[in-house]
Amino acid sequence: MDRLERRKKPFSEGRVAALQYVSLAVFLYLISGFWQLQVRGRDLYAEQAERNRIKSLPLLAPRGRILDRDGRVLADNHSSFSVILSRAQFEESHLAAIADGLNLTEAEVHGRLRRFRVAPEYEALVLKQGLTEQEVAFVEAHRQEFPELELIRSQRRLYPADGFASHLTGYVGEVSEAELNLPEFATFEQGAVVGKAGLERQYNDILTGVDGRRQVVVDSRGREQEVIAVQDGKPGRSIRLTIDLDLQAAAELAMQGRKGAVVALDPRNGEVLALVSTPNYDPNQFAGRIRAADWKRLQEDPDKPMLNRAIQAQLAPGSAFKPIVAMAGLETGAIDENFSVGCGGGAFFFGNHFACHVKTGHGGVSLHRGMAQSCDVYFYNVGNRTGIDAIAEYAEAAGLGRRTGIDLPHEAEGVVPSSKWKMRHLRQKWYAGETISVAIGQGALTVTPIQLAAAIGGLLSGGVWHRPHLLSDEEMRAIRPGFQAAPPRETPLAPENVAKIANGLWAVVNEGGTGVRARIPGYDIAGKTGTSQLASVEFAKARAERDYQDNAWFVGVFPRQNPELVVLALFEHGEHGNLAAPIVRDVMKAYLDKQIRRQLTERHDLAPQPVQVGAALVGGAGSRP
Amino acid sequence: MKQSFRDLDWTLLGFSLAIALLGILQIYSATRATVWRGAHYKQILWILLGLAVFWLASRIDYHTLLGRAPLLYLLCVLGLVAVLAVGVVRHGARRWIALGLFDLQVSEFAKLVLILVVARYLADLRQDTVSAADLLKIGVLVGVPMLLVMKQPDLGTALSIAPVAAGALLVAGLKWKHAAGLLLAGALVMPLGWQFLKEYQKERLITFVDPSRDPRGSGYQLIQSRIAIGAGGLWGKGVGQGTQTQLRFLPVPHTDFIFSAYAEEHGFAGVLLALALYFVVLMRILSNAQTAADRAGALICVSVGAVLLFHLLVNVGMVIGRMPVTGIPLPMMSYGGSSLLTVFLMLGLVNSVRLRRFVN
Repeated sequence: MDRLERRKKPFSEGRVAALQYVSLAVFLYLISGFWQLQVRGRDLYAEQAERNRIKSLPLLAPRGRILDRDGRVLADNHSSFSVILSRAQFEESHLAAIADGLNLTEAEVHGRLRRFRVAPEYEALVLKQGLTEQEVAFVEAHRQEFPELELIRSQRRLYPADGFASHLTGYVGEVSEAELNLPEFATFEQGAVVGKAGLERQYNDILTGVDGRRQVVVDSRGREQEVIAVQDGKPGRSIRLTIDLDLQAAAELAMQGRKGAVVALDPRNGEVLALVSTPNYDPNQFAGRIRAADWKRLQEDPDKPMLNRAIQAQLAPGSAFKPIVAMAGLETGAIDENFSVGCGGGAFFFGNHFACHVKTGHGGVSLHRGMAQSCDVYFYNVGNRTGIDAIAEYAEAAGLGRRTGIDLPHEAEGVVPSSKWKMRHLRQKWYAGETISVAIGQGALTVTPIQLAAAIGGLLSGGVWHRPHLLSDEEMRAIRPGFQAAPPRETPLAPENVAKIANGLWAVVNEGGTGVRARIPGYDIAGKTGTSQLASVEFAKARAERDYQDNAWFVGVFPRQNPELVVLALFEHGEHGNLAAPIVRDVMKAYLDKQIRRQLTERHDLAPQPVQVGAALVGGAGSRP
Repeated sequence: MKQSFRDLDWTLLGFSLAIALLGILQIYSATRATVWRGAHYKQILWILLGLAVFWLASRIDYHTLLGRAPLLYLLCVLGLVAVLAVGVVRHGARRWIALGLFDLQVSEFAKLVLILVVARYLADLRQDTVSAADLLKIGVLVGVPMLLVMKQPDLGTALSIAPVAAGALLVAGLKWKHAAGLLLAGALVMPLGWQFLKEYQKERLITFVDPSRDPRGSGYQLIQSRIAIGAGGLWGKGVGQGTQTQLRFLPVPHTDFIFSAYAEEHGFAGVLLALALYFVVLMRILSNAQTAADRAGALICVSVGAVLLFHLLVNVGMVIGRMPVTGIPLPMMSYGGSSLLTVFLMLGLVNSVRLRRFVN
């Protein structure tokens, strides 16, 4: 038989049939196994099910803490009780009494049951967290009556009082159904407590621990008979911020009763030392579940306490923008240091009259005086010579008109107008007259406080802008393996131009300029005031309410060149920028005081040498030209 | 081509899809309140993809594939070596190669290649019985990929390669004394092989023999699985009502332990239904072996049948505590792309044989 024929010759029938019998045998073997378990063992398991009930109880893992740069606590946990409800044992007739005892409305209990309707019935749901003593007593006293209720230990989030740093920490709450669909919450289950805003949200994955679970067999009275399995939880990791509680406290104190924001950062590396937005809210209200009425009140408050003004308020910077205009003028050669104009209280451009904030005029104004006195007419001319697109180029290089990338959710972008921007968004040509407004930080220009603080800091550092951030690079590497800090954005600026601007800003504070109230004698502090009209829509509305006032800005730096600290204050409806200056001075003072304290203690530690208080003071003062 | 479309084994395909549908429902029920929620949608996508590869495989003449078998074998061995070198470690084992969109489990596809290699070799034998020399060569051909998979370590998948050879050898004329010799050798090698097993593999085997020895550790899964099945009773507890499944006593109720989740919620009646579906699928595959145009075609069908039977025996046997815990999936029901695609490719091969049964 040749090979090809052999290939076609069928195998013996018996061999394949044998395989069929083997299959049949395997199936019968398997079925007999199921018969044993499911039919013959049915009574045994039915009885077991009757006698034993299995409960699966969560072991809630505490969240990581939020610490300041020195390890002081900003968000902590305290132990409390939560009550859980086993729906398998729940009876509708208990609802009214349970709701009453736990200070919940019946609708709230119903809503809760509805939200968990797709979860298996045997899984206990957390009915209320952070019980009061009376509520704990209520559950304890009704063990027999309501076997479906059970107390478990849990950790409740605790934030500082009075909303201190609330816009930084944010708050936690139960994950909503809508949030469960977001990728960032994909690994969470219903009922989980997650960060909803601020750092709690930004670093939710780090702060969240892994909940454990205890599976216990209970008898018909709900008493634990046997622990079947314990899966230990894992507490969340704490994060250490770059925030300095001393500066944060000084800023919060200075802003008390005012509306606005304060940002303090180190432009050498982008570390944010303080970030305040007022009015604030009490994140403790959210720690369990916020009452509907409280939520509504917060949402409808015209002062918008939930808005983080430091990163979300988009306002015209006013004169605080002038350093950038001056830099654009100097760098492009549109003006030189000898450029000066005469100010008569106003000037005509393209047929329109533009007023200076000093009605009587400043007389002859040079760059130095223009900055110190914040002369509008001087900057109208600088802007007119420089042109909108060069101004926009430098504003964008400084990081305006785009998110800074600070590690907080929902940062706003602001707007840097330019001819291209206008064409794209309004489909209109740019009018040269509009440049005049932008030159003094008005017009379509809007910035956020964090943007402006970073922009001015980087400008005076010679054109190096670091991304503002709340977790140091070191901490980021620790919590996110493989993290690489983005390099700073750089646009090298001529050192002599930076020096001219820096000297102008020094004069604002130290030569009787508009920012004298930020002065701390003996320290090389420079800065710029800004007084801006509200953006046009808001302007009209506010005016109708007749309580319209300007926004006050002040951005201060220390020392004037290559600063190690930038502090910006925004005082909404603060009338004039010089009212924001004392806020900046308070924060700077806290910074300098701390430096002195540190130097003193360091000397003490090291030191057989005598402590020289005066030398320490001068040492902190930086160089003076 | 229209002719061939009508001539596909629709019974085989229909019953397979019915099993896959049971799988989708069970995956939905077992995962809806867990972090795997939505897995049933992915499963549906995998099944659609499976149908596409099924269609492709049935269109290709299996003789073409047999011609390429040596090349495929080489690629497969290289692939397995690559897994050991650059594979992704998950659950403590290096089994996957990351392909961006998904992770490929090469060992699953190794089975397919071996089906072709073994069929080609045995179809060319000069006698109606398998000589000792042939047996040795087959042993080496199958042994190399098996050892590579075992090294990952993945004992379950490695063992599931063996039935490819076993089924084909049985039909091709394995001598009874050789069969007996192999079984004896296996029995002798086992104590020797024991010391090469990983610690967790030893534990699983010990607890298979005596689950009560460590009720909270590795015996846990076995006990819980048996409770789940027993509690299902005759008619089951209903979809989404199985306490064992929903309370997560079953560690992976949508993959390896899907059948115990199914048995808990659908009872003995549901189990009989599912096993009946599997039985019809197997019988169809073997009947295609009998009608094949040549020996190679018959061997392909037989090997596919043997692999499915082995999977069924080991996985279902595992959930009822009659087989050790090895972590191999249940074909067509368990969640997972690699397993599904392999099964549909194998069914496609069977249909490729079927469509060419009248040639010449």
